Amino acid sequence: MTPDDLLFTKEHEWVRISGNTATIGISAHAQNELGDIVYIELPKPGMKYKSGESFGNVESVKAVSELFMPVSGEVLEINEELGASPEKINEDPYGAGWMIQIRLLNPDETSELMSSEEYDEQTKEKEE
Amino acid sequence: MSGNKRTPLYAVHKALGARMVPFGGWEMPVEYSGITKEHAAVRTAAGLFDVSHMGEFDIHGPEALDMIQHVTTNDASRLADGQAQYSAMAYAQGTVVDDILVYRHNAEHFMVVVNAANIRKDLEWINSHNRADATVEDITDRTALLALQGPKAIEILQPLTNLPLQNLAYYHFARAKVFNVDAIVSRTGYTGEDGFELYFAADQSELVWNRIIESGSRFGLVPAGLGARNTLRLEAKYLLYGNDIDGTTTLLEAGLGWIVKFDKPDFIGREALLQQKQDGLKRRLVGFEMLGKDIARDHYPAFVHGREAGHVTSGSPSITLKKNIGLVYLPTPNASIGTTFHVAVRSKLSEARVVRTPFYKREDHQ
Repeated sequence: MTPDDLLFTKEHEWVRISGNTATIGISAHAQNELGDIVYIELPKPGMKYKSGESFGNVESVKAVSELFMPVSGEVLEINEELGASPEKINEDPYGAGWMIQIRLLNPDETSELMSSEEYDEQTKEKEE
Repeated sequence: MSGNKRTPLYAVHKALGARMVPFGGWEMPVEYSGITKEHAAVRTAAGLFDVSHMGEFDIHGPEALDMIQHVTTNDASRLADGQAQYSAMAYAQGTVVDDILVYRHNAEHFMVVVNAANIRKDLEWINSHNRADATVEDITDRTALLALQGPKAIEILQPLTNLPLQNLAYYHFARAKVFNVDAIVSRTGYTGEDGFELYFAADQSELVWNRIIESGSRFGLVPAGLGARNTLRLEAKYLLYGNDIDGTTTLLEAGLGWIVKFDKPDFIGREALLQQKQDGLKRRLVGFEMLGKDIARDHYPAFVHGREAGHVTSGSPSITLKKNIGLVYLPTPNASIGTTFHVAVRSKLSEARVVRTPFYKREDHQ
């Protein structure tokens, strides 16, 4: 089941908002589509991105996929463990597979995102 | 997905939870349990691949050998009954129509196996150069092809057939019953491991698939998809038509000079290839490994001394070697082993080095 405390983008990133910070990763559907993840490229703390900008790349055995900011933010922390163990993204996409933590630069943007329920609807339609 | 053909095992793949993708006009399983697991299983135990999308042509008649000799670059006259050969069909300019397998049943009956995406093109090519009217029949739709690959393949298959498999040499084949099904059992493959390819009637697909899976489960056999097939073949440096070779690359540039036999009677492409051999090659297909962590992918540009000089034709992580590897056409002066160059990985240039191939070779190589 998709956790219901998350918001989603059409590009399959998730965000967990907590006050004026947020944690970002990719959805279970996205990691499943990619297959075995072998490498991730993440930004350095301090980098600022606008909503929709690319902040990194995730690579599986067969494909590379860009990562897009669900909301505007400044990177506070990245998940260093993914460097050595990128497979955590496959194993636990909503937990140990988190990618970056950011400070929200424009909290109003979260209204543009989908709820878990809306996201599940969207991916289900695609799978059918 | 509409318009893509399905193999007779489509329902079996779906039931196994395979991810299906369009490939060469077919809807094929790209992975089941994951490419990494499937790849490792083939290197250490065995994997079963449905490759029924491959095309098969039966070629009959007193003129069969002459016709094959004319349209292919390897020397089919060297084949004994029950022997197979890796070969190619070339255009007059020496570039590649397709890379193929030629099977000799007997002097007047051959089978040619071609790439799925090229079936129609190859059939037209063969028919248009069939000077002496050999009979050419496309048997793709009624032929299933399963590849059982890996060090345990022989132990898995032996209980299902009375053909003594240890006597079947590499690149040889025999007609035999597999379970109760008439099959061509061929000791060939596209993974760099020992293994077999089985050709049989398409309507027996589910039976044969299920019996092999049952026989193999205690040996660690897994169903394997086109994803693992690609990473396995790249490690063994088997070329992929459409990526590493096509109508713009010659057989010599691709390093396939060993299947071009200039000493046999005339064949299409001979003159151009001979000329190229005499003039020397301007570029060559070579293997490389990335020196950093970046992964080179198909079509990424390659740079030599800061100038774009070619592109990666196949690039992937190597699951066995834990390196990032690939194939690239480089100008001959920059193509020797140990030479470094750069691959453009998105916005940056990443260093790579030309290495010896195959990247992976099994120890008990026959």
